[in-house]
Amino acid sequence: MTIHNLFKTKKAKPNMQLLFTFVGLILLMLFFSINTSNFLSQKNLLNVALQTSVAVLVALAETYVIITGGIDLSIGSMAAGSGMVVAIAINHGMSIPVAIILGLLTGILSGAFNGFVITVLGIVPFIATLGTNSIMRGLIYVILNGIPLSASSAGEAFTWIGQGKLCGWLPYPVLFMFIIAIIATIILVKTKFGRIIFAIGSNENAAFLSGINVNINKFSVYVFCGLLSSIAGIILTSRVASASPTAGEGYETFAIAAAVIGGASLSGGKGNMIGTIIGAFIIGIMNNGLNLIGLSSFWQQVAVGCVIILAVFLDVIRVKLKNN
Amino acid sequence: MKEVLLKTININKSFSGNIVLKDINLEIKKGEVHALMGENGAGKSTLVKIITGVLGPNTGEVIYNKEQLNINHPKELYDLGIGIVFQEFNLMPDLTVAQNIFIGREPQLKIKGFLNDKKTNALAEDILKELECTIDPERKVSDLSVAEQQMVEIAKSLSYNCNLLIMDEPTAALTENEISVLFNIIRKLRNKNVAVVYISHRMSDLDAIVDTVSVLRDGNLISTRSYTPEIKNQIIYEMVGRDLTQQFPPKPDYKKGELSLEIENLNSKNRLYNISFKAYKGEILGIVGLMGAGRTEMVKAVFGAYKRNSGIIKVDGKAVDIKNPRSAIKAGIGYLTEDRKKDGLMLGLSIRENILSASYQHFTQLGFVNDKKAGENVNEYIRRMSIKTYGSKQLAKTLSGGNQQKVMVAKWLSTKVKILIFDEPTRGIDVKSKYEIYELMYELVQNGVTIIMISSEMPEILGMSDRILVMNDGRITGDFSKEEATQEKLMKCEMMEV
Ligand SMILES: Nc1ncnc2c1ncn2[C@@H]1O[C@H](COP(=O)(O)OP(=O)(O)OP(=O)(O)O)[C@@H](O)[C@H]1O
Ligand SMILES: [Mg+2]
Repeated sequence: MTIHNLFKTKKAKPNMQLLFTFVGLILLMLFFSINTSNFLSQKNLLNVALQTSVAVLVALAETYVIITGGIDLSIGSMAAGSGMVVAIAINHGMSIPVAIILGLLTGILSGAFNGFVITVLGIVPFIATLGTNSIMRGLIYVILNGIPLSASSAGEAFTWIGQGKLCGWLPYPVLFMFIIAIIATIILVKTKFGRIIFAIGSNENAAFLSGINVNINKFSVYVFCGLLSSIAGIILTSRVASASPTAGEGYETFAIAAAVIGGASLSGGKGNMIGTIIGAFIIGIMNNGLNLIGLSSFWQQVAVGCVIILAVFLDVIRVKLKNN
Repeated sequence: MKEVLLKTININKSFSGNIVLKDINLEIKKGEVHALMGENGAGKSTLVKIITGVLGPNTGEVIYNKEQLNINHPKELYDLGIGIVFQEFNLMPDLTVAQNIFIGREPQLKIKGFLNDKKTNALAEDILKELECTIDPERKVSDLSVAEQQMVEIAKSLSYNCNLLIMDEPTAALTENEISVLFNIIRKLRNKNVAVVYISHRMSDLDAIVDTVSVLRDGNLISTRSYTPEIKNQIIYEMVGRDLTQQFPPKPDYKKGELSLEIENLNSKNRLYNISFKAYKGEILGIVGLMGAGRTEMVKAVFGAYKRNSGIIKVDGKAVDIKNPRSAIKAGIGYLTEDRKKDGLMLGLSIRENILSASYQHFTQLGFVNDKKAGENVNEYIRRMSIKTYGSKQLAKTLSGGNQQKVMVAKWLSTKVKILIFDEPTRGIDVKSKYEIYELMYELVQNGVTIIMISSEMPEILGMSDRILVMNDGRITGDFSKEEATQEKLMKCEMMEV
């Protein structure tokens, strides 16, 4: 896929929203490269990529959920829970692959729990995942007794995931991010499953009456979300070689913001992976750049909030102009 | 004797104690078009929903191909060869036309699960071509007009290659052209031994395609027999419970008054060109045009809901600056939208709230609603338009389609504005209620109100309008008085090259 193709949704019609956000990202980078000395250095850029990569994974997952018209507020605690399970398994002397599989299973099961509560019990996603979030986070505090659990006993056999670099250069988490982003994009735009997700978010009842099994597909999306969250959680644990009870806090805000900046609509039916990645990097670069400039992290929060509102506002204007 | 394809046995249905269907025993035969007729709220759509498993009956069963039909999921319907066009659209606005038609059964690449969008678009194009419809299959459904959406729904149902095709008011939003294409397709299907269940309030549809007709009234199946044009009046009698020899009420004595609305040189980029017309007090001005002629865009532009690039709007001789619907209403213009579900009704609110929603100022004192006065107003409309309801507290979404439309009309009638624009006001409304709405319209023009009415039903336009404008490709191509106008003349203006 060439860059040219990336911004096309259909023949000869570029996706303007995506173009806008991309230009926004470029402008932001330009701003920081002029105002700081080391922003554009390879080291710093890789650092931004590394810091943002884990969050990108949960943002991609969240975008899937948002496209169905739902929301998942439990991604942060699902990530933390999976990381914790891996750490516990390692401390019990299990092999790394087994530990990782257990971690992934934790994510899948939590996602399945969300899916069950939403589709079978019929509880709205906001409430269902708010509940799951609290349950998971609570359990993590109980199990860890509120203190981080070291996972360093396995040594490099585990820590390479979060700390290693491909060819001594590209951090593995960044590589994982690329691979998963590509897979997620292909599933979303090229497969029947992806098309169904859009259909459900666009008009759930119409999708149902068109013969689509809405529940199974929605369930799958929450499971997918749990799976990606657990991957994020495992990378996180590996990176700091310990499982923290507060890991992944605030991920949901980041993920929702990235998706929305990237063009997803909380009412469902709209969203795309590239947009979300750009959105995530806009936030990531803002945090990094403002840091370099010397602005406190408290102000960074303010800035991110402004960007969210600005991005969505620009889109509102764009749609208005188009309709007239 | 033709073979029976579908049979309902003693179907009963009630909603929270209110009986909607009583012991319905209906037989649908292969290779025939079977019309279901009945007033708004008679239970037609409910029966269709029970047949297709969208609703469960309280008692009774459905037999299809000699076997009991137990639909647990709509997918099973399509596997059984049952296609359906529901009365309310069921499209996914964020997807394209082609994606909507083939959702859930998209053509796939060699690797299973991967979409073949090229083929999807090509197949959609074929079906649309068969319908002589020029909609681009790659257009998003959210950009389509109501009539175009209806065509997509029809295309979707045809793509299932069904043995039984159920269509709930497919022609309500269409103009004569599309309707005649649709009828040709239905005839072809009939020749292929497909059974068609057809619901419509257009009596003229009966002559065109129907073989058998069943009448429902208040949830009872009154009669089933083969159709001949001679029994039309009898069918109307069975539907409404009384004789209705005239389609239109007698025209009362009213006179064209002063100039009320004047449009000068209205333009809208790529859509409307040099629109100028006048409308007078005490006049019903009809507007006709083919699908996509720009009728809705034009009245929306007047109402401030569609972008104007130039043009002057004068009310009572004075130029008014209409920026948005709010300023239009202030200037005394009301607009009944064509899409009741999308931008007309508040589905989750009661009939009462919906009717009052645009006219609270008439029923408030010092900011408090005068419940008694407001209630009387609501009940008056429920009675006069025979809105079929359990009471004014019933939620709009639980009304039948035609009754929802009546609520919309009542809402604008009670605003007491000077200029009323109606976009397809009688869409989906039964013959008797149409008559009642016409009476209300006459009452308004007698009191000096200006009514502008867009309608795709030629008889309605010819029967009710004092003057008729023809639109064609964003321009006004004809202006006829009631006396001059004939169907041929109007059609000629609708279709000529501009
Ligand atoms: N969900 C519901 N809850 C309560 N009442 C309902 C519900 N759905 C339908 N009804 C009632 O059932 C009756 C029959 O409705 P139905 O939609 O079958 O009428 P219809 O014959 O299709 O009329 P129309 O010509 O207006 O489409 C109506 O009086 C309606 O108010
Ligand atoms: Mg109906």
